[in-house]
Amino acid sequence: MGFLDIDNATKSYGSVEVLHKVDISVQEGEFLVLVGPSGCGKSTLLNMIAGLEEITSGEIRIKDQVMNGVHPSNRNIAMVFQSYALYPNMTVGQNITFGLEMHGVPKPERDKAMQEVAKLLQIEQLLDRKPGQLSGGQRQRVAMGRALVRNPDVFLFDEPLSNLDAKLRVDMRTEIKKLHQNLGTTIVYVTHDQIEAMTLSSRIAVMNGGYVQQLGTPQEIYDTPANIFVATFMGSPAMNVMPAKVAVLNGRPHAEVATHDGSMAQLPFSQDNLAEWDGRDILLGIRPETITDMDGADRKSTNIAQMTNRIVVTEPAGSDTFVSMQLGGRDVIARMRSDAEVAAGQDFDFAVNMEKAVAFDPESEMRIVP
Amino acid sequence: MSQATQDTAIRTGRVTRTLIYLVLVLFALFYMLPLYVMLVNSVKPLAEITGGGMMNLPQVFTLEPWFKAWSSAQIGVDPTGLRPYFWNSIKMVVPAVMVSTILGALNGYVLTKWRFKYDTILFGLMLFACFIPFQIVLIPMARMLGLMGLAGTTWGLALVHVVYGIGFTTLYFRNYYAVFPTELIRAAQIDGAGFFQIFWRILLPSSGPIAVVSIIWQFTNIWNDFLFGASFADANSQPMTVALNNLVQSSHGVKEYNVHFAAAILAAMPTLLVYIVAGRYFVRGLMAGSVKG
Repeated sequence: MGFLDIDNATKSYGSVEVLHKVDISVQEGEFLVLVGPSGCGKSTLLNMIAGLEEITSGEIRIKDQVMNGVHPSNRNIAMVFQSYALYPNMTVGQNITFGLEMHGVPKPERDKAMQEVAKLLQIEQLLDRKPGQLSGGQRQRVAMGRALVRNPDVFLFDEPLSNLDAKLRVDMRTEIKKLHQNLGTTIVYVTHDQIEAMTLSSRIAVMNGGYVQQLGTPQEIYDTPANIFVATFMGSPAMNVMPAKVAVLNGRPHAEVATHDGSMAQLPFSQDNLAEWDGRDILLGIRPETITDMDGADRKSTNIAQMTNRIVVTEPAGSDTFVSMQLGGRDVIARMRSDAEVAAGQDFDFAVNMEKAVAFDPESEMRIVP
Repeated sequence: MSQATQDTAIRTGRVTRTLIYLVLVLFALFYMLPLYVMLVNSVKPLAEITGGGMMNLPQVFTLEPWFKAWSSAQIGVDPTGLRPYFWNSIKMVVPAVMVSTILGALNGYVLTKWRFKYDTILFGLMLFACFIPFQIVLIPMARMLGLMGLAGTTWGLALVHVVYGIGFTTLYFRNYYAVFPTELIRAAQIDGAGFFQIFWRILLPSSGPIAVVSIIWQFTNIWNDFLFGASFADANSQPMTVALNNLVQSSHGVKEYNVHFAAAILAAMPTLLVYIVAGRYFVRGLMAGSVKG
């Protein structure tokens, strides 16, 4: 029994089911991020928690109270919208206290709450301005102030940073994280940005096509993705996925992958159970940062494989150098130290950290679980 | 707005520009000619008009025709001038404009933010009201007014105009609210505002430009209406347009053209004033939503 329970919730528009049996339990103080491409149902799910969209079947409970059919204002939730949704005709102060006013809180208390929130978010000097006179970052703060002032059980964020420019987005991301650490509130946060999801969350629900593809901590999602969709959606650049064949050599399962000239590279797996797949095709998943030069290989890893392959392109990006090559007939990216000595057209000895490699069933696209 | 005009205007040479202005000024003068005739002749003694020279400036300046048109000209049976009918028009126009605008705003609010099944069909049907000719509704309307006991009253006339205007006002507000961010409505719902609180506190305060469009449109139409006024009003509730007609068309006595001119200007004055005061918001309101600001 969690703080916020989503219990087999589905959503249909007419005969079209857009959200299929979602089952998530959020603990008090948890930061849950719903992430996925547009149209995956994440905003619909958030709106169902808020009560802005009805639940077709299943149940949503907050603090063990069933919320189906309860009006949004009676759920003790607060929501921050993508467009901030500040009332343009009211001052910042009125925007923040509108919800309290609607709930019949007397003016002196409202003003006190407003001052506290304004101090917390450092927007005291803006209270008399209209939203139209504020910058994007200031509007964002006011929108959060409006949510905070009601002291809700659950905060809902609907892509709150997507309207900000890149630099401000990073700053606000840190601030939201700080706020969560200081206040310990329960947050459900929708985004399509996998970096936001990774940095902010205590748990992530990766969604696609109306299904929750995987629910887990950022580390679980990143290291042991449930399927190819999760593997390639999370992480930037995306995980390299290429066709390979399993071969048992000296009693140990290896992945055989074609390099640029058609010769086979043999990469030993750490997962022994893959021996069952001897002679069969799989899809091999390798994250870019686990393909490096020999010097840059992870020293803690017990399974570094060596592989010679030709470099097609190098892209120095300051902090890292991205190297692309042909592997298994696909373009594969390696992420190296910026001072790795690499040049296009060169045959290079790569180190592959096979401890982190994952294998997928090419039929179901699910990860082959060790 | 003026800046935008300058930015988008095509650059032209000085000679072309002078020519353009010359043509524009000529057209403007031509269009102002009727007003000039009316103004000049309304401040002349009658003898100067009947003696010919409609276009001449007055030799003797007098405001007598204006006073007469306002308070003592013979209209129907009584020499009352236009004054009582002016108030009839006001009593008809003000409630009719206010009620039809508020109902239009409510309709627009419901049709865009509280969508329901068949709402587009309903809206389509309401749009028919904009295209139904006045003549078709005359007899059914007369019957309805009779049944409601409002025949021959100013209230009845106001009601007719409200009903006839809702189609237009709904169209205006629906299109305006269609681009009003729905997230604001949702935020207000979460804040605990009800149906009417959202309308009064969030939507209406942001509806200035379109409200001005609706008010100008309704005011002009209702004030200038003649057919409904002539059909549904009795002698005591006639609006100004009908009274003006009775004054000008009266078949006995001398035709006092100077009084007629003054009366016609008096009857046209309120719509002119409304447009001068609120006109600049009119274009802004019509443009609202069409261009991303």
